[in-house]
Amino acid sequence: MTDLQELQQRMAKAVMQPLTAREQMRRRNSAGQSNATEAAQFIRPNDQLTSFERLEIYNRQYWFRLFSNFEEDFPGVQVVVGRKRFQALMRAYLEAHPSTSFSLRNLGSQLVSWLDKNPAWTEPHSEMAIEMAGLEWAHIEAFDNAIWPTLSVDARSQINAESQLTLQPHVRLLEAHYAIDDALIAVRNESGSRDTSSNNASTGHVSKRRRALREMKRETVHIAVHRFEDTVYYRRLAAEDYRLLLALQQAVTLGDAIDIAFDGSLVPEHERPAYLQSAFAYWTTMGWFCTPPVDREGKGDS
Amino acid sequence: MPANRFNGFTEYGVGIGLRVPHYQHILAKKPVVDWFEIISENYMVDGGRPLTVLDSILEQYRVVQHGVSMYFGSSDPLNREHLKRLKALVRRTRTPWLSDHLCWGSVDDRYTHDLLPMPYTFEAARLTAEKIRQVQDFVEVPVVVENVSSYAEFHVSEMAEWEFLNEVVERADCGILLDVNNIYVSSQNHSFDPRVYVDAVPAHRVAQIHIAGHSKFEKYILDTHDHPVLDRVWGLYERAIERCGPTATLLEWDDRIPSFNEVHAEALKANKYLKAATTGESKQGNVLEYAR
Repeated sequence: MTDLQELQQRMAKAVMQPLTAREQMRRRNSAGQSNATEAAQFIRPNDQLTSFERLEIYNRQYWFRLFSNFEEDFPGVQVVVGRKRFQALMRAYLEAHPSTSFSLRNLGSQLVSWLDKNPAWTEPHSEMAIEMAGLEWAHIEAFDNAIWPTLSVDARSQINAESQLTLQPHVRLLEAHYAIDDALIAVRNESGSRDTSSNNASTGHVSKRRRALREMKRETVHIAVHRFEDTVYYRRLAAEDYRLLLALQQAVTLGDAIDIAFDGSLVPEHERPAYLQSAFAYWTTMGWFCTPPVDREGKGDS
Repeated sequence: MPANRFNGFTEYGVGIGLRVPHYQHILAKKPVVDWFEIISENYMVDGGRPLTVLDSILEQYRVVQHGVSMYFGSSDPLNREHLKRLKALVRRTRTPWLSDHLCWGSVDDRYTHDLLPMPYTFEAARLTAEKIRQVQDFVEVPVVVENVSSYAEFHVSEMAEWEFLNEVVERADCGILLDVNNIYVSSQNHSFDPRVYVDAVPAHRVAQIHIAGHSKFEKYILDTHDHPVLDRVWGLYERAIERCGPTATLLEWDDRIPSFNEVHAEALKANKYLKAATTGESKQGNVLEYAR
């Protein structure tokens, strides 16, 4: 290990330590050692600030930046669990999952699975919180995932029961047990927008107050989160549509996906052809079926 | 001096950072702006509105890329995925040069998303220069490095910050994005004369200059980019322009962002110094004192 690496590991460990409840640097690290003694080992004091105080500036900046991004990405989870509990949840999540990407866009990529394994942070609203986190992550993906070329007329004319159709990467499918889409639209209407990355320092961390979410009636909803003309939309789907699209997304052949879609369906058999025709017409208009890059490179767009 | 091999032999004038709150104004009003600087990472995505807006901007404006997370000074190797995405964006924007910071911010694949200060050692200079060369070879445009604001210094440092900067850019044979606000902030936080720093920079390597506002606290100054440029920073800018000649200049305003017109008007104040340098007349309007 080089001296540089050793110094950087030491400083990163100190900078990424959790803050106190008053958002200051802790006096002792997780091993019980004095942070002042540790800071003095590698940071030079000056006539204004001790080594500890200089390190603390970076410790606070680190967390302020992550807090601000995480809060912007998950306003819906905040209204589900409440502002105070969200603060605790956010700190616990970010401690468990520090950023491993050059982009802050990916900060919340593990939130759904983490909430699933750690229900104590969201009880008694765990199910709603996990579903809301899933919707908010889907929104991030729908916002800037790729759009691949839509299926050509030629390719569409060759579709049969054995065909595997590919959905656009920005189309995300969700099943939820509350009307989380309506709730999130209301929350987002109250929120602004921001640049994701910058290189300035923050003077503090002020979390936005948001109205707590009222009790929501339990109901099963199916949602397609997708992008159209650079705007993210939440579209409600019938259960049959959801099952069909999900099966296609999982690389099931079209014939089998249709069987899955109508398994237990109340749509009468004689109405199913018209039902499918209408659904596919809409999805095609929206450009949801596409040709992935590997097909374009290997087989041509046909 | 202004057009040199480090900025692709361009003369770009005065630009501002492209920021989300100004998108609508720029696209609708099409104001006359010399150039825009973008934060590369905000456009290193696969699709969506950021790229659509960028493409519209590119149809009418010159754009230069500025990164915040390459971390030339990190002991970790370069991230290949980051490099690939960066190069794709370079091709899209046709940026004549590419800047990022002389700092570190990740270790063992964990990212702080901050611009952490370097220990000013010869070992660190060697490693940093090597990584800058690797990036430059990969992206195939000139890479310039920016001095950062800092709030801490290390016991192990073997030289002053400006000596470290010079050591790195000479070894890497790269250009400099001279941030005069960062020099001022660091000079106050570490008690050095900012003019010594500006005078020590190899003028022939300066490809671009950053100006910005900052916030003063009781015991230190933070580089917040949320204010107009302070007179003392304009004073350093004037000195830098005297030494380097009229150089591509950009105002950074990243927090509490006012209207487009206000930001642009603040940036255009640089023109009086650029003009003075062209005509050989010094403004001497800003007193540069080494005082806290």
